[in-house]
Amino acid sequence: MNRLAELTKGIWKENPIFVISLGICPTLAVTSSMTNALGMGIAATFVLMGSNVFISLIRNLVPGKIRIPVYIMIIATFVTMIDKLIAAFSPALSASLGIFIPLIVVNCIILGRAEAYASKNGPMDSLLDAIGMGIGFTIALSCLAFFRELLGEGKLYGFPIPFFKADPALIMIMAPGGFMVFGLLIALKRFMEAKGATK
Amino acid sequence: MSASIISIFIVAIFIENFVLNQILGLCPFIGVSNKIDSAVGMGLAVTFVMVMAGVATWSIQAFLLIPLQLEYLQTISFILVIASLVQFVEMVIRKTAPALYQSLGVFLPLITTNCAVLGVALLNIKKNYGLVESAVNSFGGGLGFFFALIIMAGIRERLDVSEIPEAMRGAPIAFVTAGLLATAFMGFSGLV
Repeated sequence: MNRLAELTKGIWKENPIFVISLGICPTLAVTSSMTNALGMGIAATFVLMGSNVFISLIRNLVPGKIRIPVYIMIIATFVTMIDKLIAAFSPALSASLGIFIPLIVVNCIILGRAEAYASKNGPMDSLLDAIGMGIGFTIALSCLAFFRELLGEGKLYGFPIPFFKADPALIMIMAPGGFMVFGLLIALKRFMEAKGATK
Repeated sequence: MSASIISIFIVAIFIENFVLNQILGLCPFIGVSNKIDSAVGMGLAVTFVMVMAGVATWSIQAFLLIPLQLEYLQTISFILVIASLVQFVEMVIRKTAPALYQSLGVFLPLITTNCAVLGVALLNIKKNYGLVESAVNSFGGGLGFFFALIIMAGIRERLDVSEIPEAMRGAPIAFVTAGLLATAFMGFSGLV
């Protein structure tokens, strides 16, 4: 199987957020700024890499009936590690992501990839799959955060952007803005794909 | 004391609504809000699991993790408790209401990965709530989820029969609707 395709499928064709609509809770909750989006993306990517490789290694040892609890335990272990690492090295990020770091445990993307991919493929392919999905997740988060931080605060990564700075629409960084930007972005992606198909 | 309990309850339902304000538990919110019947079943199941999980995780934190200084096992132990609770609820529903079991389908086991359940457990600890406050907060959070789900299901049954542009059908229009609903819920913010 083409290794490059394993890596890149998560970025556009099977993008976890926009196509499969998995893991939308953290997506909407942390994308009020680019910095949070990037932090969340990196944290989730690391958890995904760890859990995918580990699950792939033990996939033939775990009896089918108890595989989900086993997977969740493995994921929870990696999440706890990341949680403590972020708290130690970047307390500010840890404070602003809050309970959404431990909530990576219940991010459907991670369990979804474990079940759909890592439990059936070798560790190397699973690692590439994890990296690809992680990048796709990070890009999707940044996409949302771009619009929300720009329109809601007139900033990007905390730096003020002229013109947008003057009169920001606060609602964009609150919950309703997240829902609406997300809905419109999925519609946009579908629209672009429909256009591409008819050409 | 009792006044603060009532205010925790009201805040949990309306002001800090789990779905529309805190953005937790979206997968079932979007996934099961197609029909009012399944929305009611799902809402009740989630409310029940949230209360049980809120009480169980609070007890674990207070009587097990803190005395043994094992707070770093919080995430792992909470998710275990929630997973077993969900399994239990699933068995009860399958025995008592097979029709409901059919219509909830895959979303029933997925309550385990519903971030509202783990979210309420973590928030109770974070806000330093006692046992009663935790239970009330979890119950209010569950009811808030229930209301949001039913309102959404009502709107989506109407959306099904209206003409929506091709690209907006399904999930996109549901999210935009949720956005408008969340805006409406922001109106509650001055309540308490």
